[in-house]
Amino acid sequence: MAFRNSTRWQFRQPSVIPGFGLALGVTLTWLTLIVLIPLSGLIWRSSGLGWSKFFALASDERTVNALTISFGTALVAAVINLIFGVVLAWVLVRYRFPGKRIIDAMVDLPFALPTAVAGIALTALYAPNGWIGSLLEPLGIKIAFTPAGIVVALVFVGLPFVVRTVQPIMEEIDKEVEEAAATLGANRYQTISRVLLPGLLPAGLTGFALAFARGVGEYGSVIFIAGNLPYVSEIAPLLIIIRLEEFNYPAATAIAAVMLLLSFLMLLVINMIQSWSRRRYGNGA
Amino acid sequence: MEVRVQNIRKEFGRFPALDDVSLDIRSGELIALLGPSGSGKTTLLRLVAGLESPTGGMIFFGDEDASKKSVQERNIGFVFQHYALFRHMTVLDNVAFGLKVRPTNRRPPAAEIRRRALDLLDLVQLSGLEKRYPAQLSGGQRQRVALARAMAVEPNVLLLDEPFGALDAQVRKELRRWLREIHDRTGHTTIFVTHDQEEALELADRVVVMSKGAIEQVGTPDDIYDHPVSPFVYGFIGQSNCLEVSLSSGEIWFEDRPIGLRAASEPDGSATLYFRPHDIELIDGCGGCLAGLVTNSRRVAGTRHLELDLGRTHPTVEIELPPERAAAADHARIAFRPTKWTLFRKEEKLPEIQRSVATQTSELARTGT
Amino acid sequence: MAHDVGSASISAPSTLVTAATSETRFARTTLIVIALAFVALFLLLPLATVFIEAFRKGPAEFFSALRDAETFSAIRLTLLVAAIAVPLNLVFGVAAAWAIAKFEFKGKAFLTTLIDLPFSVSPVISGLVFVLLFGSHSLLGPVLQSYGIQILFAVPGLVLATVFVTFPFVARELIPLMQEQGTSDEEAALSLGATGWQTFWHVTLPNIKWGLLYGVLLCNARAMGEFGAVSVVSGHIRGQTNTMPLQVEILYNEYNFVAAFAVAALLALLALVTLVLKTALELRYSDEIAASRRH
Repeated sequence: MAFRNSTRWQFRQPSVIPGFGLALGVTLTWLTLIVLIPLSGLIWRSSGLGWSKFFALASDERTVNALTISFGTALVAAVINLIFGVVLAWVLVRYRFPGKRIIDAMVDLPFALPTAVAGIALTALYAPNGWIGSLLEPLGIKIAFTPAGIVVALVFVGLPFVVRTVQPIMEEIDKEVEEAAATLGANRYQTISRVLLPGLLPAGLTGFALAFARGVGEYGSVIFIAGNLPYVSEIAPLLIIIRLEEFNYPAATAIAAVMLLLSFLMLLVINMIQSWSRRRYGNGA
Repeated sequence: MEVRVQNIRKEFGRFPALDDVSLDIRSGELIALLGPSGSGKTTLLRLVAGLESPTGGMIFFGDEDASKKSVQERNIGFVFQHYALFRHMTVLDNVAFGLKVRPTNRRPPAAEIRRRALDLLDLVQLSGLEKRYPAQLSGGQRQRVALARAMAVEPNVLLLDEPFGALDAQVRKELRRWLREIHDRTGHTTIFVTHDQEEALELADRVVVMSKGAIEQVGTPDDIYDHPVSPFVYGFIGQSNCLEVSLSSGEIWFEDRPIGLRAASEPDGSATLYFRPHDIELIDGCGGCLAGLVTNSRRVAGTRHLELDLGRTHPTVEIELPPERAAAADHARIAFRPTKWTLFRKEEKLPEIQRSVATQTSELARTGT
Repeated sequence: MAHDVGSASISAPSTLVTAATSETRFARTTLIVIALAFVALFLLLPLATVFIEAFRKGPAEFFSALRDAETFSAIRLTLLVAAIAVPLNLVFGVAAAWAIAKFEFKGKAFLTTLIDLPFSVSPVISGLVFVLLFGSHSLLGPVLQSYGIQILFAVPGLVLATVFVTFPFVARELIPLMQEQGTSDEEAALSLGATGWQTFWHVTLPNIKWGLLYGVLLCNARAMGEFGAVSVVSGHIRGQTNTMPLQVEILYNEYNFVAAFAVAALLALLALVTLVLKTALELRYSDEIAASRRH
């Protein structure tokens, strides 16, 4: 028996610590009830539609437009966040200036502030009669109630993802590495662009992907500022709600399934970036 | 290239890290900066590199004043303690980096850069690993990439900060020999920092012993070991014993009797006597000698180490004897006399003068016995 | 002589070294200005706007807006939902972290991914899945209805959606922390004769308490502030199934801006308190809360 035990497939390695059964039991039960059953319900319902109907619903012009707007604005916002997030992280890690602590803490505001509050605040600011909107209006720039407004909201929501992914990696940069580049004759610009930024690439990409994924699904902060004009500034999550209110469950399910699929792809990409970076550079992102 | 350090001072805030240090390094020399941590050896290395700027003093590369040049302009090769390899670049790109970042008018063509980098990898015995990333290398291999990278820029001087500090003992010894070989083949003027005396004495042409921000002694490994010029060097390099003694009309006294050593030109007063455990002779029947009870005896490789109690007020003294001679001496009273020794006087105000006097006396003593 | 040479070059080379590992003063200032302007534009101004709009017509209007019966019931409902959802996820989070951090078993990485799943799902979809499960067109909905059990458009639906959305917070905070701490403390306690529960209460819990508090704090902020998921399952029945964020939306859409911003100001205050506590925890107990955090 003992011999066979050692070669048998083992679910878990032996441990003296008690409570495995209870802890895993609670975890799996809760996970199944709250997450797995509801999500598989969605998949089951969308597969119940049949392939051709599903495809017809998903390729409906308004749906395609809404998905394009969601993904397009999320992409633009994530790019903006990548650029400014890296600058902000750099400034927070490298420089000293008055109020730095507060700014650092404020970066997490989008995590803590309810999205609806952010939504109405941004709308009040960027509306044509708002503080910023009224400054831009004479220049012919409209932010609120256009896709640009969606981008503004998504920049707000996504900023901490980039900063908080890049910041710890930046803090870990060994000062010796920069000195090494300098002793080899690299000027400051070359050191930053060839040595430091490429080292931050995996972290930057991860932050970018997280901000993008969050932006695609974002609802609360967007609907106030977007104007919600079908085919122009109507985002996919809003279209799901509209279909639900019309009791058009198949359409809502189809849009949700497409979005879910794409977010899982994003998740996969993030994991791939991280394991690639771990393999190659010996650290995660 | 010849490197001259002139009256360099460096303060961090109000803490003086280096105080008026001067040092001439000959072209093609392999020189070690040796000292305990906090002795200023790494600071001196970084000042030569241009990674720190001195509070005062000058540094010359050849006849050229390098003090005003930035680290980028000095064209040095620096190997960092933890290598500081660029982890997102392959081994080849790491080595080629210094050439690639040169301004266009001084940059060799891409094929030439590649060829030189590959040649260097060949020199450091890493051929075939050029496509690897640093994370995929062992510690010793990273060390060699770091050296190849530093040599790629054809530096005026090669600077190594604790080059073997992060490696385990086995690899350390191997790389030490290998670094010596590389140096003999390439002939770069090389300065390396270490806190390991064995490393410094084995590897370097000359050793610079540093303590508390100043240079204690500069000399060949033989000089440093055989003729230490200060109590610090005596204590820091190798094993040594020190005894509080007194001088009376040229005779050296320990406690209440003469020990059979003479320092004829020395004035009367108290002094400290330094000698190494193996520089002694046993004496039968003590006319003038040191004598003590053996309190502990250990066999270390080819010799036996004896701890002697010379009297309650003194710390024990350690001597080394061939095992066959020591066997009879176990738990007995032993009489001995140092064959090579140095006296240092108490007053530490004027170290220069004292040192020269001390050296003289030790010379006298050596010729005397 | 020697010192003359030294003092002559005291000031000259000091700029050389800064060039090795830092930027010029101009570049530094420019970057700081860009970063601060960005933060001001996208973070500080919106936050300030909430309070400015709330007090636009004076404190009297602000407080009377909050005394509104429907608003009051929204506050109560928000507190109730958070009071149920947060402890549930707290228990789950500790259990999940215990299983994942203290044991080695097959499929652990996959389980961790599953726990993170709700983060990558749009809030609206998080609500939708419960509509599909309990709605009138579903299998379960009519059955439960016949027993008089109302899930959607009622408190249970709000709780379910909130639990789903805040599902990973506590677990995600605890897993890396407990993994870092290892199992030697627990093994020591067990070897001294402690039972499993005693070990947990006296050894494990004190080790993770600040990390746990940190996770609960973030979980609570999200639970009280959740909008999309809750919006889908609430049915927006005024005075009954409106949480604070939903009340903000309703008041805003009725052009009752002062009242909308007054409720929003309460939520923003909650966010600020969360941020202050979070920062305080990070400063004081930085090694006792997990190093890797992203959400």
